[in-house]
Amino acid sequence: MIETTTVSAPPTDQISVRNLTMSYGDFVVMRDLNFDVSPGEVFVIMGGSGCGKSTLMRHLLGMIEPASGEIFYGGESFTAASREVRESYLRRFGVLFQGGALWSSMTLAENIALPLEEYSGLRAADIRDVASLKLSLVGLRGFEDYYPSEISGGMRKRAGLARAMALDPEILFVDEPSAGLDPISSRLLDDLILELKESLGTTFVVVTHELASIFTIASKAIFLDTNTRTATAIGPPAELRDHSQDPAVRAFLRRGEEEHE
Amino acid sequence: MRSRRSGAAAAAQAQDLAKVSLQREGDQLVVGLAGSWQISAHLPGTTAVEAALDGPPPPEGIQFDSAGIESWDSTVVTFLMGVENAADSRSIPVDHAGLPDGVRRLVELARAVPERGTRTEEPKGSPLARIGRLGMRVYDGALGELEFLGEVARAFGAFVRGKARYRKSDLRLLIQQAGADALGIASLVSLLFGLILAFVGAVQLQQFGAAIYVADLVGVGMVRDMAAFMTAIIVAGRSGAAYAAQIGTMKVTEEIDALRTTGISPMEFLVVPRVVALVLMMPLLTVYADLMGILGGYLVGVGLLNISPMAYIQQTIGAVNMTHFFPGVIKGTIYGLLVALAGCKQGMAAGNSASAVGDAATRAVVNGVVAIIVACGVAQVVSWVFGI
Repeated sequence: MIETTTVSAPPTDQISVRNLTMSYGDFVVMRDLNFDVSPGEVFVIMGGSGCGKSTLMRHLLGMIEPASGEIFYGGESFTAASREVRESYLRRFGVLFQGGALWSSMTLAENIALPLEEYSGLRAADIRDVASLKLSLVGLRGFEDYYPSEISGGMRKRAGLARAMALDPEILFVDEPSAGLDPISSRLLDDLILELKESLGTTFVVVTHELASIFTIASKAIFLDTNTRTATAIGPPAELRDHSQDPAVRAFLRRGEEEHE
Repeated sequence: MRSRRSGAAAAAQAQDLAKVSLQREGDQLVVGLAGSWQISAHLPGTTAVEAALDGPPPPEGIQFDSAGIESWDSTVVTFLMGVENAADSRSIPVDHAGLPDGVRRLVELARAVPERGTRTEEPKGSPLARIGRLGMRVYDGALGELEFLGEVARAFGAFVRGKARYRKSDLRLLIQQAGADALGIASLVSLLFGLILAFVGAVQLQQFGAAIYVADLVGVGMVRDMAAFMTAIIVAGRSGAAYAAQIGTMKVTEEIDALRTTGISPMEFLVVPRVVALVLMMPLLTVYADLMGILGGYLVGVGLLNISPMAYIQQTIGAVNMTHFFPGVIKGTIYGLLVALAGCKQGMAAGNSASAVGDAATRAVVNGVVAIIVACGVAQVVSWVFGI
């Protein structure tokens, strides 16, 4: 394998991505991505619509294979791992999909119980209690026996977060937390993310293009540029807005408004 | 009076229609816009302008005169974009100064972002290349089919060893939906089919005074083939389509992805219970349909052909034996497997939109029915060869 100059420090962080190139067939989405995520960080993947944010998240979860490059968790290669090893990683991840992706044939409590039944050694009654606790953490106390179709979109999203947290994951992946939510609900979800980061020390990987959200939650952000098809900036968002070398990054973080200097 | 007035109004409207006039002023082409440019009226073509642009001699620039314009909407912009494109392809500059302010802004807005991302049609290529591409598509399709079967087999192995992850309550519900809930329609269809078989046979057999053999015809026909066949067609329409739609929708809402990231195989969780439910229920439905079909024949035989009830039953018992019964039930089971696989396969392969789920359901039924008919044909040949 040819080593490119972009290789930085050896991968020891919680998540390390080295020279990742993503493509659909012949169409390259992003090339040569390199970044590290440390424990307890809220890492935001940002960029314009269709730049490959969600694709990058799917790569990190092993749902799509990279065209080239490698993904490491805790210094161990995830890309080269066997199917069994990967499944054991999945236990340490939680994922909140865009619409919540609750299993529609199950109640909220059953949705949260399923991962617990799979991977925890808890008894049925305890599982029910844990599910109730997770629901009350996201403000859905008393909704155990509701079906996903009976609650609103914002509630579905929070229930999805409760399910993603079921196994107290080390890393929580969140796809577009603000999508389809009103500003208040969206803010509440952001607060919830920060609260979980503080209290449980969970690492977050969040895909979003919502500026308010980015500035509220992100400790570090990566900017994927559609035009160059690569990451053009990485760092704390406020710093990038004021000091990034790349005008496209500054413009994105200022909503395209003029810089006043 | 009234009609004359409306006639006059129509005439006035006709005069108001959008009009384009072309005039040369030195080396400039002046495009005059007049009348009312409304989306409800007609849109003048740009052919005249293009002809004028080609000269001779070709103009050095285009200007507009919009003094005669009465009202306008986006149609005028559509027309102007056509003129712009024609001018661009001939490298003739366009001066927007003569346009109304709003129109000018819209034209500039429409031209602000350069054209890009036009879908490129797949090059047709030579016939040989097309055959090659077709071959590759068929090959990929077959490979996908095999991959699906392999994954199902693996998940089914886990199921047999009791290691598959699925919910028992889901399986119970699926069994109920595939079995008990289908009884009504299965009764109706097999009863009627028994009736039809009896009528068709009676017309011929009565000519020879052999109406009693209607019992043989219906009994053997239903038990050996038709009960399983008709039930399978019903199940393809009910359960096959439902499976494709359920799984396809779960794909759209990312529920399948959520299963995968939880470490649960959708094959074990969704596909295997559905396949098992249908494979368990089809033999039972087939037996049930056997009886309903024979009942249909009985009604015709006893009610219309004046065969005595005992004689009809005796004749049926004498005609139908286990070499008819078991192949029928086995066929039913195989059809059930095919329908379930076709439904689940289409659901798993569905695209990410509402129309894609509809397509998946349609394909599930079509593929299911085709698979049933092909399997039925194969079964006939096999039983003929082995003399069953």
